[in-house]
Amino acid sequence: MKFADYLYLFIGMGLVTYLPRAVPLTYLAHKKLPQWLIDWLSLIPVAILSALLAPILFADTVHRTFSFGKTELLVAIPTLLVALKTRSLGGTVILGMFLYWLAGLFL
Amino acid sequence: MHKIIRQGSLAAWPICLGYIPVGLALGVLAQQAGLPWWAVGMMSLLVFAGSAQFICVAMLAAAASPSAIILTTFMVNLRHLLMSSAMAVYLSGVKRSFLLLFSYGLTDESFAVNMTRFRSGQWDRCRALVVNHLANLVWLVSTIVGVLVGQFIPQGAFGIDYALIGMFICLLVFQLNGSVYVITAITALIVSVVWYLLVPGNSYIIVASVTSATIGYLIKRRNSKKDEIC
Repeated sequence: MKFADYLYLFIGMGLVTYLPRAVPLTYLAHKKLPQWLIDWLSLIPVAILSALLAPILFADTVHRTFSFGKTELLVAIPTLLVALKTRSLGGTVILGMFLYWLAGLFL
Repeated sequence: MHKIIRQGSLAAWPICLGYIPVGLALGVLAQQAGLPWWAVGMMSLLVFAGSAQFICVAMLAAAASPSAIILTTFMVNLRHLLMSSAMAVYLSGVKRSFLLLFSYGLTDESFAVNMTRFRSGQWDRCRALVVNHLANLVWLVSTIVGVLVGQFIPQGAFGIDYALIGMFICLLVFQLNGSVYVITAITALIVSVVWYLLVPGNSYIIVASVTSATIGYLIKRRNSKKDEIC
């Protein structure tokens, strides 16, 4: 592929990525949002985080089958407890990485 | 100004740490698929969407048509509609030019970090913008470095592959402000896994988020009605 081919492809991809990111925000930020929508949207972050994490922890992402007891899940348990206890993002991330690295050595 | 950049960077470092191995891996795959480093840089700059970029590289390697790649990218990134909407609650009334610049850097990761900070109250749009653009810069550099020298870097060093997972777990915990949030999280978890196993593609993110947020909202509303009666 030539420079122009890449450019057109990436501009196309960029547009369809940018519009869903920009349109709701620029539109809704200048509207008076009804209370029910604010309440519903307040649950979106926790819902998205949980939805993103779930297959990583509970599914074999190569074969797309259910999997219970993946290293990711085993490490997630102490990571979750430390997050609850310390409420420190940096500490939790470092500990999760360390445990995952240890698990990789022994499991 | 310095303070804003410093605090923004402090919030962004787990994202940056997590982006490095992912960006390197993307660069390695792109190099194997025959993409030159400048094309990967151009893609990271114009698209800036991790999962869509991985899919694009795989589809290019399989000689897919540009229209098929663009359509797939659109489907994969539709979940940002929800994040963009949720962000509006905290950026209400901000001028449009800022929002257009801000939207460019709206990713799963920056959304999670910024929403958590906004909720805690000690956050503003400038610091949030620093998070978005710093993450973008690290992503851009990591993907290009991946093309150039990626194959010489050992994989999985120091458990760095767990950085983003650890970050998501911690941010999820920060979001759990009461039983409705816990119920929403558990519902999302179950719906997400079931949908992921049954339906190809990544619609599981949107389906699980919308379903669980709606269930959580209905429970919240029923509870508050009960309180009014009592």
